[in-house]
Amino acid sequence: MNSYAAVLFFSTNYAIWTSRVLKKHNIQGKMIPIPRHLSSDCGYCVRINAADADTVTGLLKSNSIEYDRIETIS
Amino acid sequence: MKLQDDIIYFDNAATSFPKPDGVAGSVLRYINAVGGNPGRSGHEKSFEAGDILFSVREKCADLLGITNPMRVIFTLNATDALNTAIKGLARHGDHFITTSMEHNSTIRPLKALEDAGIIELTVLQCGTDGFVCPDHIEDAIQENTRAAVINHGSNVAGTVQPLGAIGSLCKKNNIFFIADCAQTAGIIDIDMTGMNIDLLAFAGHKGLYGPTGTGGLVISDSFDYSCLSPLRHGGTGSLSDSIEQPGFLPDRFESGTPNVAGIAGLLEGLSFIEDIGGTAKIRSHKRDLVDYFFSSAEGLDGFRALNSSENIQTGVVSFNIDGSESAETAMVLSDDYGIMCRAGLHCAPLAHKTMGSFTHGTVRFSFGIFNSRKEIDRALEALQDISERVGS
Repeated sequence: MNSYAAVLFFSTNYAIWTSRVLKKHNIQGKMIPIPRHLSSDCGYCVRINAADADTVTGLLKSNSIEYDRIETIS
Repeated sequence: MKLQDDIIYFDNAATSFPKPDGVAGSVLRYINAVGGNPGRSGHEKSFEAGDILFSVREKCADLLGITNPMRVIFTLNATDALNTAIKGLARHGDHFITTSMEHNSTIRPLKALEDAGIIELTVLQCGTDGFVCPDHIEDAIQENTRAAVINHGSNVAGTVQPLGAIGSLCKKNNIFFIADCAQTAGIIDIDMTGMNIDLLAFAGHKGLYGPTGTGGLVISDSFDYSCLSPLRHGGTGSLSDSIEQPGFLPDRFESGTPNVAGIAGLLEGLSFIEDIGGTAKIRSHKRDLVDYFFSSAEGLDGFRALNSSENIQTGVVSFNIDGSESAETAMVLSDDYGIMCRAGLHCAPLAHKTMGSFTHGTVRFSFGIFNSRKEIDRALEALQDISERVGS
């Protein structure tokens, strides 16, 4: 079974931006509603493979995309 | 009632018409097939709506010379963006500098702040050719000067101010630079970073070919936006557990559901500019039409242009026919010849005062990418008739 991580943002605009960047780099990323146990916010986050977390962090930084945190999810 | 085919539209400085193929379809597609409120819900329709907004932010950032698409803030129009920039920066006791070529979209918010005793205002007198001397801006800077607010392209005269030179001196003197690019975005090349523009207002429905109700405020990559207060507060889809306005972009300045239908149309308008070869292609077409118009119009009896052809860079030609008031000329052009243009003061009384056409105003032809020499021929014939009719 795949292990996933959720990239959480302060604004959904950044989730869309991140999805675009991941797609450009052929990294799997899916927009999903934010799991309730992670945040009470009403928006969405980007679900990635946990194994890609370091690469994704690097891309977020190199593109100056502000994000909240990355959490492992099942 | 004239057939649509008989209509000549020379009012592109007010709003561009017709819109490129695809603009109306894109609006319709959003309404009929996408729907969804961007950033508000976690379903596919919401994502798709958010994606449309992001695409436009990215294209605008690219067009206007910034790297971070989140610094493109959607507004109702350029006026709304200018109000956000001016009122957001103004603090009690600040001094602002502007020019006598401004549109009321700039002058009125500044004047309102001055009348309320919040700011001091210097309105620099431009030459009768419509140009501001950058040195005069520098001379007007005081200890408490907060910003210079400068119109890029005049909606009255078609002149374009030297934003690069003005930006350099604003930076050197440590004051903010707000540029009103309502008439130039999509026509004149703008590089906010290279021109040291801090805040830029654009209209989505003029040179960018989107529907009315679209526009934006662009914040430069280096501008510390924490010193800019939002004009509105409200729901953003983010930090929903907080009753405080988010501090990050674009949410800080985008409260309430945006005009996604209009912005979907704007996306097609921006794509159109790319597809036809960029702003250079649009400029050269407008240049050709202005030159073509002047080459014949100058021979008309009683024709008086407000500005010389070589100073016009945005396809805007202001003139009068001796013996016919501007409003009368425009009415005859519309009623008898199907030519749509705008007469009067064009919401820019100071610009008309500067150029000597206050209070009578001018007839304004503003050419667009879909206008042709053939249409100008028809307009010239109409002007010839009017000129003869009034006995000039």
